[in-house]
Amino acid sequence: MTTANPQALIMPADWRDFFALTKPGVMRLVIFTAVCGMLAAPGTINPVLAFTAILCIAVGAGGAAALNQWWEADLDAVMKRTAKRPIPSGRMDRTSARDFGFALSGISVMTMGLAIGWLAAGILAFSIFYYAYLYTVWLKPRTPQNIVIGGGAGAFPPLIGWIAVTGHITLMPVLLFLIIFMWTPPHFWALALFVQIDYSKAGIPMMPVVAGERSTRWQILAYAAALLPLSMAPWFIGGTGWIYGIAAFVLSGMFLWLSIKVGLRTSTPGDGMKPEKRLFAYSIAYLFILFAMLVADRFATIYGLQA
Amino acid sequence: MTNLSDNRPLTAAETDALRARQRERNKVMALILGFLVILFFAISIVKIGAKPPHSPAEGAEQAEHS
Repeated sequence: MTTANPQALIMPADWRDFFALTKPGVMRLVIFTAVCGMLAAPGTINPVLAFTAILCIAVGAGGAAALNQWWEADLDAVMKRTAKRPIPSGRMDRTSARDFGFALSGISVMTMGLAIGWLAAGILAFSIFYYAYLYTVWLKPRTPQNIVIGGGAGAFPPLIGWIAVTGHITLMPVLLFLIIFMWTPPHFWALALFVQIDYSKAGIPMMPVVAGERSTRWQILAYAAALLPLSMAPWFIGGTGWIYGIAAFVLSGMFLWLSIKVGLRTSTPGDGMKPEKRLFAYSIAYLFILFAMLVADRFATIYGLQA
Repeated sequence: MTNLSDNRPLTAAETDALRARQRERNKVMALILGFLVILFFAISIVKIGAKPPHSPAEGAEQAEHS
């Protein structure tokens, strides 16, 4: 390498930037809900295989996130929140991100198929395709309902975790999917209400930009209202005991209460958007606690603490 | 990513920075590959030890047919 042509030499991206490309912040919720789906499922799974399944779900989500940032680099560049990501800030070239994303996706799906089963692997592959293509490429730039559909991508982990244990699809994992699906719009629109300037600059049709604040607030309220009975549905169909049922009622009731405050409010410039920020912060805690209660309920049943 | 558009050779400092970056990436790659070797070995051991998934319990099939 003594006669290397300097023109051909490009500083390779730092491995930390590849790690950042997988959106480690989002990963926490992905891993947590996947673990909960796995623990709440009836049946047992070898710990090594359980670890492998969770790893595959996490790596698959990371691959989808990398593909998302490969595709959206120019949009990310004009938004303050995302401008410091590896590609728009110039620390990594787009091709590396693309290859990295495809590699992670492929490896995770193949490993899931070989170690766990091809049903779980197929759903994992579909969830990556759903996020990286259906959502990122197709729907996000086209419809203000993008978040509703994008929520589907985040709703897959508990479903895959559950199916990794049972090997087949039943109503319970689908309900877990639907709960996160319904939770995402109010969660994200609460955020969008207080960062909306950014999205209009990038030309992404976020609900508050397109339909206005009034309509967005009503829709937050509508989804929160639908979430209350839906989150209790696992109890109604007998999939869980009363521990989860009561917890879901209290947690979703609180969610609805905070949504009512956001939904019926009209913001004035400079009011700090306190209720919206509170709803957003609560929505994250909500999902963590709800899924933790699902697992607690299952263990309470195993150890005979509830009828 | 630093794109060198001029024709000058790399300075010693730039070469060092480049080598350091490559070394670091190689180390991380080695760790990941080593981890995957252990993981796949563990998966194989578990799979070898596991019973076939849908085989009936011993004697169950005969009981059903008789």
